[in-house]
Amino acid sequence: MSVDKLGDSKLGDSKVGELKLGRRQLGGLGIAAAALAAGLPAAPAIIRRAAAAEGEPIKIGVLHSLSGTMAISETTLKDVMLMLIAQQNDKGGVLGRKLEPVVVDPASNWPLFAEKARQLLAVDKVAAVFGCWTSVSRKSVLPVFEELNGILYYPVQYEGQECSRNVFYTGAAPNQQAIPAVDYLMKEEGVKRWVLAGTDYVYPRTTNQILEAYLKLKGVAPDDIMINYTPFGQSDWQNIVSQIKSFGSAGKQTAVVSTINGDANVPFYKELGAQGVKATDIPVVAFSVGEEELAGMDTKPLVGHLAAWNYFESVDTPENKAFIDAWHKFIKNPKRTTNDPMEAHYIGFNMWVKAVEKAGTTEPNEVIDAMIGVSVPNLSGGYSALMPNHHITKPVLIGEIQDNGQFNVVSRTPGLVVAQEWSPYVAETKDLIGDWRAPLSCGAFNVKTGKCGGGGGKKS
Amino acid sequence: MTRLFAILLLLASVLAPPSVRAAGQEAAAQSDALAAIGSGDYDKLRQGVSALAASGDPLALTILSALHDGRLMVGPDHTLYVKAADGKLTNAATGKPAGAVAGLHEVRMSNPVRRALEAALGGLRLFSADPAQRLAAADAVFHTRDVAALPGLEKAIAREHDPTVARALRQARAAALLSDAKASQSDKLVAVALLRERGDQEARNILAGVTAPPAAAAAAREAVASIDRTLALWRMAQDAYYGLSLGSVLLLAAIGLAITFGVMGVINMAHGELVMLGAYTTFVVQEVIRSNAPGLFGASLFIAVPLAFIVAGAAGIAIERGLIRFLYGRPLETLLATWGLSLVLQQLVRSIFGPDNRQVGTPDWMSGAAQLGGLQITYSRLTIIIFSFLVLFALMAVLRLTPLGLRMRAVTQNRRMAAAMGIRTPWIDALTFGLGAGVAGMAGVALSQIDNVSPNLGQSYIIDSFMVVVFGGVGNLWGTAVGALTLGVVNKFLEPVAGAVLGKIVVLVLLILFIQRRPRGMFPLKGRAVEA
Repeated sequence: MSVDKLGDSKLGDSKVGELKLGRRQLGGLGIAAAALAAGLPAAPAIIRRAAAAEGEPIKIGVLHSLSGTMAISETTLKDVMLMLIAQQNDKGGVLGRKLEPVVVDPASNWPLFAEKARQLLAVDKVAAVFGCWTSVSRKSVLPVFEELNGILYYPVQYEGQECSRNVFYTGAAPNQQAIPAVDYLMKEEGVKRWVLAGTDYVYPRTTNQILEAYLKLKGVAPDDIMINYTPFGQSDWQNIVSQIKSFGSAGKQTAVVSTINGDANVPFYKELGAQGVKATDIPVVAFSVGEEELAGMDTKPLVGHLAAWNYFESVDTPENKAFIDAWHKFIKNPKRTTNDPMEAHYIGFNMWVKAVEKAGTTEPNEVIDAMIGVSVPNLSGGYSALMPNHHITKPVLIGEIQDNGQFNVVSRTPGLVVAQEWSPYVAETKDLIGDWRAPLSCGAFNVKTGKCGGGGGKKS
Repeated sequence: MTRLFAILLLLASVLAPPSVRAAGQEAAAQSDALAAIGSGDYDKLRQGVSALAASGDPLALTILSALHDGRLMVGPDHTLYVKAADGKLTNAATGKPAGAVAGLHEVRMSNPVRRALEAALGGLRLFSADPAQRLAAADAVFHTRDVAALPGLEKAIAREHDPTVARALRQARAAALLSDAKASQSDKLVAVALLRERGDQEARNILAGVTAPPAAAAAAREAVASIDRTLALWRMAQDAYYGLSLGSVLLLAAIGLAITFGVMGVINMAHGELVMLGAYTTFVVQEVIRSNAPGLFGASLFIAVPLAFIVAGAAGIAIERGLIRFLYGRPLETLLATWGLSLVLQQLVRSIFGPDNRQVGTPDWMSGAAQLGGLQITYSRLTIIIFSFLVLFALMAVLRLTPLGLRMRAVTQNRRMAAAMGIRTPWIDALTFGLGAGVAGMAGVALSQIDNVSPNLGQSYIIDSFMVVVFGGVGNLWGTAVGALTLGVVNKFLEPVAGAVLGKIVVLVLLILFIQRRPRGMFPLKGRAVEA
């Protein structure tokens, strides 16, 4: 293909097969397309406003990756939302109106999360969105929710350092998962050397920042802490596991605190097994590995490795049994597991229903105000309450992996833990609190200076 | 702490003359220990395990081995039963057989309990009849380095006649001696020499902690330096092995592309999906074997390789005949069309198999690792290295020795002349593409062992495959091999220094700089027809 004959191809013309489009025709097509694109989103809204009446279904957005590296974790959350919505519809819906799920697939693509969130809020006009897993996906959609005043229920354990008016965090903050796990290892397993291994994005980076500060506060020397980051989907763990082994053979009990996310966990655990790293030598406590991630693996070599959550499928309560039975019936597969983020969606959805019934409307501002103080039963035999900092109270459970992929609870906090959304171990945030009740209405209120410093979302 | 305590108590009790212990005391200790074990509380369980091991109960070894294997059951009244391999129950306290009992469940352990159990079993097995158990026990004592274990070790060394176990026991004694402030200088010097001979990371750490007396400390420092040198060499060898295994993975993924891109000049963005098809073929083969002939699982990969070749090869021929044939000489259109095809293939697999990862099992002969001095060789990676070279040589043989290969090379060098000689060039094109695709399928079989089998499997390897082919020299199989191994080794040597993320970035930057200097790769094909 020679480029020196510019005269042959005019920039304004283009040959599309046999059709010859001149500049005018292309321009005309462009204007028509733009008009259509502008008009199309407005059309359903116009139609809907015209037909607005009671009995019209309430839309609920489900924003979870159904493909890509996070599909292993998020697909089951989409399914549990469908089940919860179906169950609520069987009970007569909410405010006499049926619920309608709107499911989109952001495909583990973080910018696509923001686009899909905008679509759910602006085009589909959903009353609330249940979604996201990775913190980077949440950070990506946060500006959209704050701009369009939507409501997001975020069901996954995360790194804290955030308190937005438009988000309800039904997952664990670091003091409801990471810190108790570290305390358990220090006390029960006598761990003196620490490997903090994570995937390279905001959640592991922030959590490790908090944990490093916490460990140093507890007197751990910097030489006894090894921090390591890998990209999403990392499949070659030979070198890293070998480094962990040599770090762990210094004579002091060593443990790995793993914030590795997604399907990179599978080759990581396989490599641990292949290189003979047993839980009694170097235990690994994971924050993002639950029953769902273990479902596709042979867990015999992993017996004894730990996970810290606020719920396990093996918790023996009547509420949990009923939930698991209903889940198996809905999904038509008695082998499907339940896990902590599913319980978080269960709690968050029931809280949303209660708040809507309390407020009498699905309007975001009313629901957001009505949410504070709502208390619903959780699946481990207690109650979860939504605090003014938009986080919920949770028990902390530490479980060891069994050879059937389930967890054996080895430690449990005696009561419920209130979330600390701003970490007291990081200098910039140790004076901040979040309180969305009037008159404070602030996500990042500095108690020392008495000023409100943002933190996301102002009452509009 | 509990490990030391357990072994110490154990050795003390084993060595103490039986007449010192009253029979009544022994029974009481045993029933206390068993009650603690059956209590359901992890702390009590841990203490019960150590106490039972120290009690000298002749049934202790049976009970603790059963607990280790998950065969210790507890009834609703907290009585303990040992379940034999055939399911028969024995009462743990008395050793007598028991009938069927309802409401039994396994005694569950936590990690601290497991450690106490291993220490207890280690101590109990120090005098066992089986040399393998004695060796394991000696290693357990070496790890704890407890001074109080010395008398027990002396006794064990005196009656040991197996040389390997004797050496392990002597090393354990050396480790304990070095922690003993009261040991003599000469003893310590001998201990330092023994640990230097052992030469592994743990021995080095023990020697690093020796500070007095001065002569022993100096000898220890020298030993540490020498061990460090050896360990550094082993470290390099280990990194080279990891680099070799990563390189072989890259080679497998890229070699099919070397045929289609290198030999035919077709940019095939669906190459990763052909690899993925091979991986899914393995999954299907394993599923069929699992449901129909579970005994064949060990051979599942051998069955999957030719099947994956056929499946991916057929897909390749279909792609070539259906799509690529119309786009020869138009590389950008081929790129776009094959990119679209890759999305179609991904969604097709997603619709058939679902978006979740599929579990592909590893046969037993491929699990585990072997220790070669300071080098650890995992069998799965070793198999992949051997497999990749076999594939490389087989492909070279096909190209060089078979009539088909001859025709392929002729068509690549001069299409018009080959056609004039009577070679049916369209058919050869299809077969060449099919061959490259089939090799990609075989690569998928190997990759299913080390990576997740999901519809996105291909996406992780497409960029690396192109990198390898371009770096090695387009059209040259040897170039691809050298390129793959070089990239693998460089990546693995950079990883411990720079971390996984930065290592990849550095490799990419170096590659870009290299391509600037030598745009046609390391070993480009020469000749008028190729350079046209």
